[in-house]
Amino acid sequence: MIAALRSHAAAALRSHAVAALRSHAVLGLFIAFLIAAPFLLSEFYVTLMNYIGLATLVTLGLVLLTGVAGLMSFGQQAFVGVGAYATGVVTTLYSGSPWLGLLAGMAATAFVALGLGLITVRLSGHYLPLSTIAWGISVYFAFGNLEVLGRYNGLQGIPPLSILGRTVDTGRESYVLIWLAALAALLAARNLLDSRAGRAIRALRFRATMAESFGIDTARLKLIIFLYAALLASLSGWLYAHFLRFVSPGAFNVNMGIEYLFMAVVGGASQVWGAVIGASILTLLKEWLKDLLPKLFEQSGNYEVIVFGLLMLMLLHHARDGLMPVFARLFRSRQPAPPPPAAAALARRPRLAPGEALLEVDAVHKNFGGLAAVNALSFAMRSGEILGLIGPNGAGKSTLFNLVTGVLPADGGAIRFLGERIDALPSRRIAQRGLARSFQHVNLMGAMSVLENVAIGAHLRGTKGSVAAMLRLDRDEERSLRYEAAQQIARVGLGAHLSDAAGSLPLGQQRVVEIARALAADPLLLLLDEPAAGLRLQEKQALAALLRRLRDEGMSILLVEHDMDFVMGLVDRLVVMDFGEKIAEGLPREIQGNPAVIEAYLGGIE
Amino acid sequence: MNTDIFLWLAQDGVINGAIYALLALALLLVFSVTRVIFVPQGEFITFAALSLALLESGQTPGTLYILVFGGIAAAGLDAFAALRERAWRRLPRIAALYLVLPFAVAALVAWAAPQKFAQWVQVLLALAMVVPLGPIIYRIAYQPLAGASILVLFIVSMAVHYILTGLSLVFFGGEGLRSRPFSEAKFKLGVVEVSAQSIWVVAASAVLILLLWLLFERSIYGKALRATSMNRVGARLVGIPSVLTGHLSFLLAAFIGAVSGILIAPITTLYYDTGFLIGLKGFVGAILGGMGSYPLAALGSVAVGLIESFSSFWASAFKEAIVFTLIIPMLVWLSLRSHRVEEDEEP
Repeated sequence: MIAALRSHAAAALRSHAVAALRSHAVLGLFIAFLIAAPFLLSEFYVTLMNYIGLATLVTLGLVLLTGVAGLMSFGQQAFVGVGAYATGVVTTLYSGSPWLGLLAGMAATAFVALGLGLITVRLSGHYLPLSTIAWGISVYFAFGNLEVLGRYNGLQGIPPLSILGRTVDTGRESYVLIWLAALAALLAARNLLDSRAGRAIRALRFRATMAESFGIDTARLKLIIFLYAALLASLSGWLYAHFLRFVSPGAFNVNMGIEYLFMAVVGGASQVWGAVIGASILTLLKEWLKDLLPKLFEQSGNYEVIVFGLLMLMLLHHARDGLMPVFARLFRSRQPAPPPPAAAALARRPRLAPGEALLEVDAVHKNFGGLAAVNALSFAMRSGEILGLIGPNGAGKSTLFNLVTGVLPADGGAIRFLGERIDALPSRRIAQRGLARSFQHVNLMGAMSVLENVAIGAHLRGTKGSVAAMLRLDRDEERSLRYEAAQQIARVGLGAHLSDAAGSLPLGQQRVVEIARALAADPLLLLLDEPAAGLRLQEKQALAALLRRLRDEGMSILLVEHDMDFVMGLVDRLVVMDFGEKIAEGLPREIQGNPAVIEAYLGGIE
Repeated sequence: MNTDIFLWLAQDGVINGAIYALLALALLLVFSVTRVIFVPQGEFITFAALSLALLESGQTPGTLYILVFGGIAAAGLDAFAALRERAWRRLPRIAALYLVLPFAVAALVAWAAPQKFAQWVQVLLALAMVVPLGPIIYRIAYQPLAGASILVLFIVSMAVHYILTGLSLVFFGGEGLRSRPFSEAKFKLGVVEVSAQSIWVVAASAVLILLLWLLFERSIYGKALRATSMNRVGARLVGIPSVLTGHLSFLLAAFIGAVSGILIAPITTLYYDTGFLIGLKGFVGAILGGMGSYPLAALGSVAVGLIESFSSFWASAFKEAIVFTLIIPMLVWLSLRSHRVEEDEEP
């Protein structure tokens, strides 16, 4: 357990170092190489570079999909095929413009990707890879058997592209086009990850419940990523068709789909530049092995698959992050990022007057099988107070917490927030109404900085989406979000840790980061789930002081705890639960002397 | 379509469906016990079928090299782990399982292959070469990653699939092979002519499914497997080692895959990579059954066989495309039923 935690923390620190990579210097070197390459390399290697560029586009989609969002697809080659065949049909059969072909390919891809995505994003993780394998096989056989697509011979005579009156028909000219597209896609992806939408996307893989509780529609976001990856693959197919001037089904068989995923893993699936590294290594390796291995086995055949398979096994066993961290280490920057500069303040919700009705729990039920975890529980909470919900272990506190935050649906009764029923709403809709929570088991993105973690809390206070982020049209809002996050971090007293990886902080401070994240949502009610669990005495005292200060600033807090000592000196009122029912309610002083409470906590007197 | 063709297609579909049902059960077993989506299951089919075909022509199948070198690799990994923990007493067992057994099987096959023994002997030889590959593959590829996420294990499966198809091409070549039927007899069943081979397939599948059911219900190992698939952590806490259940489920998967291969070797021409598609059709069957229930998976697989058979009549070129599109309506249904936010995967 401890070893696991330690390795987790170490991984977090490592990834943080990767994130701190001086990307500008690397980017400059990379672009300089790209500009010089066509002048230095032979025709053969320029062609190889073109294949690398085409593969980079597809792999980049997979990096976002697999490494960042935790979805997996083995069917990207089919989207490449859709893009290639669409332009093939438009330009050869209908003599249309390649640009019309691009449009047709994108439209067809979007249609299929949205369909597949809508079906699978809500299902467990293994359905998407399985269904994309199936879809890849279906498409391959459809390409190979459709008369209109030339069956297994494919489509010949696809015209070259023509841009601004200039025909792109040599390898070197295609090189320019392919790498411009790849570079644009890489930069767009990098911009996307460094934004409001990007933070949300990075939370999809391990922190979906947390993301939902801060208003992020995880299913929709997964769909967007799947769509973007599919469109990149389709773009690659369009470029491929006009570069090679013919298409045939062989280029889109299942093995290509597997190899694209391998490229993402080799490069390191959590970094956009991993796409270039993975695509380069596997394309070059394949070319080299195709030369070498048949000589070794003295007959022809695609033996490189054995080497690819072994390479993948070794990587997955020993370096699951791929090769990107190795490259990143060379360019690591040790300086912490400066705090974000002051920016325009975000709009705040209208505050409530103290004493207004805030939360009302009315005869709520929740059963798990035959067990009534929460039974006919009612209480009300007013603005400006700290209400403690206490009870021994197993009393149903956490279940109630999950009912109020929308993580679990209630079986009966009503929950009202500001007079409006919220018991049928999913947690992201409850978050929109001004309710923010912390988690009993710290639910932070360990590898991301404290600032980025807290900025996730402010998600609903921004509006800019994925496309704006890719085009960097979101910078004003992004500055405001980051500034707001920094202010909330300062408010809870962690200003010195802005750029630390959240996973590197001690538990007590991580819990405080959770509170800062909830505060960044500008909530009317703060729900804290056992914030003192596992804290040392001093940490508990500091936490109590922080909560008291927040109350004095006008914040309403619902505190679920089982630690009596922590709660007694802090809260204004208490609700005591046992076996799913309310056994007492009142001022801390009254509760302390309540015989039912004493019995619940200490057991009956025999 | 007249009744004759209908019945003939139905018969064909049931035969294939029986094979897919076997595979679906194995895939479901491996998935529920180890969380591995075992794509390389299909390679056992290829290995067993092609090994049998080669044995029949008196050649020594290259499968024994895969077995011996796989055994050496697994023994090396286990021995390294044992030496590091100074657990000397584990070494003889490791040597017996991963070195002595594979070498003995290899020697036996090398001696027996040119003798052209009776068919049942060759079937046993083929099984003896392929079945031990299950635990060996588990040891080499999956055991070091037992705690990894489903998605990582999925990529591992793809890597293993790559290695095994590559080896398959090296050892069996690109030519398609077919083995002799177990029996040439044909029966008249009403208007349809039924070959003895197809009765073999259906009967053997039924017996195998029954045996599996008995194993799960009656034996302590079966109960360990069931316990692990219901609650992995709980099973470990009561002392069921996950390494044991992993080995066991892969052993069963290899056995089922190899038997399937031997059953279909006489009715289909198999190439070095045919098993992949057959194995995936087992997945389609399992998904049609909701990826959770053994009887439904078997039923779904028979449906796959029937639909495949009938679409080969109406749209033969699109047979594969149709079969793999089948999962879409099922996924839609599963998706509409699920309303929860996907549980968080642990980093």
